[in-house]
Amino acid sequence: MKENFKLRVSQIEKSFPGVKALDKIDFAVKKGSVHVLCGENGAGKSTLMKIINGIYQPDSGQIYMDEKPVKINNPIQARTLGISMIFQEMSYVPEMTVEENLFLGNLPVKRFGNVNWKEVRRRTKELLLAENLPYSPTTPLKDLTISDIQMLEIIKAISYKSDIIIMDEPTSAITLKEVEKLFVKIRELKARGVSIIYISHKLDEVFQIADDITVLRDGTVVESHPKEELDIETVIALMVGRKLTTTFPKEHVAIGEDMLQVENLNCTNVFHNINFHVKKGEILGFAGLMGAGRTEVMRALFGLDPKTSGVVKIKGKEVTIKNVRQSIDHGMVMLSEDRRRYGIIPMRSVKENTTLSNLKSVFYAYRNHKKVEKKLVSEILNKMRIKTPNIDTPIASLSGGNQQKVVLAKWMIRNPDILILDEPTRGIDVGAKLEIYKLMTDLAKEGKVVIIVSSELPEVIGMCDRIYVMAKGTITGEINRGDFSQELIMRYATGTLTTKGVN
Amino acid sequence: MKLGSNFWSTVKKKYSIYMILVGLFIVCSLANPNFLSVNNLTNISRQLSVTTILALGATLLIISGMLDLSSGSVLALAGVFAVSTYKATGSLLLALSVGILTGIVCNVINAIMVSTFKAPPFIATLAMLTVARGVALLYTKGQNILQLGKFTELGQGSIGVIPIPIIFLIAIAILTWYLLNHTRFGRSLYAVGGNEEAAIASGINVHKVKYTAFIINGIFVGIAGVLFMSRVNAGLPNGAINYEFTALTAAIIGGTSFSGGIGTVGGTLAGAFIVGFLDNIMNLNNVDSYMQQIVRGTIIALAVIYDIRSRNRRAKATLVKAEDLGADKK
Repeated sequence: MKENFKLRVSQIEKSFPGVKALDKIDFAVKKGSVHVLCGENGAGKSTLMKIINGIYQPDSGQIYMDEKPVKINNPIQARTLGISMIFQEMSYVPEMTVEENLFLGNLPVKRFGNVNWKEVRRRTKELLLAENLPYSPTTPLKDLTISDIQMLEIIKAISYKSDIIIMDEPTSAITLKEVEKLFVKIRELKARGVSIIYISHKLDEVFQIADDITVLRDGTVVESHPKEELDIETVIALMVGRKLTTTFPKEHVAIGEDMLQVENLNCTNVFHNINFHVKKGEILGFAGLMGAGRTEVMRALFGLDPKTSGVVKIKGKEVTIKNVRQSIDHGMVMLSEDRRRYGIIPMRSVKENTTLSNLKSVFYAYRNHKKVEKKLVSEILNKMRIKTPNIDTPIASLSGGNQQKVVLAKWMIRNPDILILDEPTRGIDVGAKLEIYKLMTDLAKEGKVVIIVSSELPEVIGMCDRIYVMAKGTITGEINRGDFSQELIMRYATGTLTTKGVN
Repeated sequence: MKLGSNFWSTVKKKYSIYMILVGLFIVCSLANPNFLSVNNLTNISRQLSVTTILALGATLLIISGMLDLSSGSVLALAGVFAVSTYKATGSLLLALSVGILTGIVCNVINAIMVSTFKAPPFIATLAMLTVARGVALLYTKGQNILQLGKFTELGQGSIGVIPIPIIFLIAIAILTWYLLNHTRFGRSLYAVGGNEEAAIASGINVHKVKYTAFIINGIFVGIAGVLFMSRVNAGLPNGAINYEFTALTAAIIGGTSFSGGIGTVGGTLAGAFIVGFLDNIMNLNNVDSYMQQIVRGTIIALAVIYDIRSRNRRAKATLVKAEDLGADKK
């Protein structure tokens, strides 16, 4: 025995019909350390974690805990062994209260099998107090923000007194401030001797929190090192198997005249006095903290939500947009932040999802032109390098990055003048991200307009020509590319600084 | 080798319902010599036409994530209105029009409740089920309307050897298939049922889709009402009770998914015929009618379980395929 490994897997193999998902994986986590797992979508991270959590059984290989061989048949058994997992895609019952959620599946019972609600209440209060969270045990989850719920999930994992906590993309839906809170929590856990397996696409975070980093690619471990021996560029190169020279494919593009002008857009209690404009060839960023109203402004602009007042001009002409159809007809389209909710029709094919917003181009002269549709879809899939077994595959079975690209393809075949992207790269892998950035650049070169709403500051700073910052439902600042800095954006976003007369 | 097994699993998934139908047909013809008699088969087809037309309307609604519990009652209401129109005017065409119009009006009301006021389809159409039956009984004062004369030709007549109800059924099935596969409405219907919010965000007019679906269902129900009354040679305000369930059963057995977004005309036709053949063979062999109910319920349960299981398996298989592709990027 060389080191003090809490968990070690040896020569794990797992095949699904027709594909080897994991090939002779060796992977070990030290006690009281944070071990980050990196890799593109489809590299095998989730499969490996599902094996450790007992959801899948390996075909061969062995799992050791404290160097003793164990067999993990299901997640409940994993929990008794001290392993718990926080999933990337949270599923929760909105009507359920904080305390019910915390003890779901683990409710303390009295002698006759009836739930000991007093005990539940007492322990919930204890946990909330210990973590310094301001909500009551009886608050329904629907009244909490996504990041609150994520914190709850983490508390829940802690409440099981787990020795190993697996976190799958825990920061994909929370704000910077909460990320810091989470990291404080993780360090506390580490100090208590808990081991953490942390999966993330956000490499800057990875380097803040990791002790060790393991990179997976195509179902094998590429390399595994202590953090000190690696840097971001190297990790990216290991992940994709090639060296990425620039992370952001930003190019200089000639800026034309105004494409979109928004004047005094209001929606009672949601946002107010929104004034902005964007010129042909510009990539415009909207930065701000979660809940600042950025998504709401874009949804109202796109006709998804109502607005109270305001003027919208496209190419200098005032337009009325009361529903999505009108917006599309004016050449303005929007990729929503929640792909599963607003983006995909999960059980329908890639083909149908792609042509959904452009049915007139494939249904005309009283019939569906199958050949035309097939050609249209295949072309855009090729152009955007979307990986799918064929165009009749249900979209739900593609990887997250490819799903996102199909939703984007749906808008690209409309050849829009104005493309609004709301958190377009959340939870997708580096390769797919890069392709989305490239697409943004291409559109700008064609004299189109891209508006990107993003909580990832490096992304807006890397890609945009201009950034508007929002706080508390209004625009607090406008920054030109020359003046971009994370600090300046954060000062506007937190409302500590406001520009007067932002146009 | 791999290709072969894939091929067979596709065939099995895609055509299993038709193989079951053929298998059942063979079993039925062996189980009772009368099953294959011309008399019996024309009889089944006339009866089946009515419920199958309802099932096709139900399929459209279920695909879009809704359902119609009122179809049996509205059928009766449309039927008695059509019958009394015929008795007053002697015009078959007018009678048929009144029947269809009744179906449309009731279903527009359904659509108003469901689409405009966002009432759950289950509750809204349950209300319509009660009201439409009530109106039918009120209008006829609970009496059957008899002596329909030539009105019966629609339900009992034939063109050549083909019973007229079957001609209606074929026309409606083709229309439904066309709507689902060759119109923007059909494509939108699948999208609305699959994920309504994503459909809205893609620029689909969801209200229009839902209203259209209900109106088409109304037309089908109206026609079914005329055919039904014509076949039984009476205006029965109490007729066609529970037909909505037969229609739903056919759609479910035919693979229409209650979670929306999935369903085909071929599946529903096969489902309707499976239910019809089973009912018929049990009647021919004098199976106790209470027993028949048990058999039917069991089959619904099995169909749903089979559907869910095969869908899960399929999802897993394609998922792996997609992961495979995702991993080999260069």
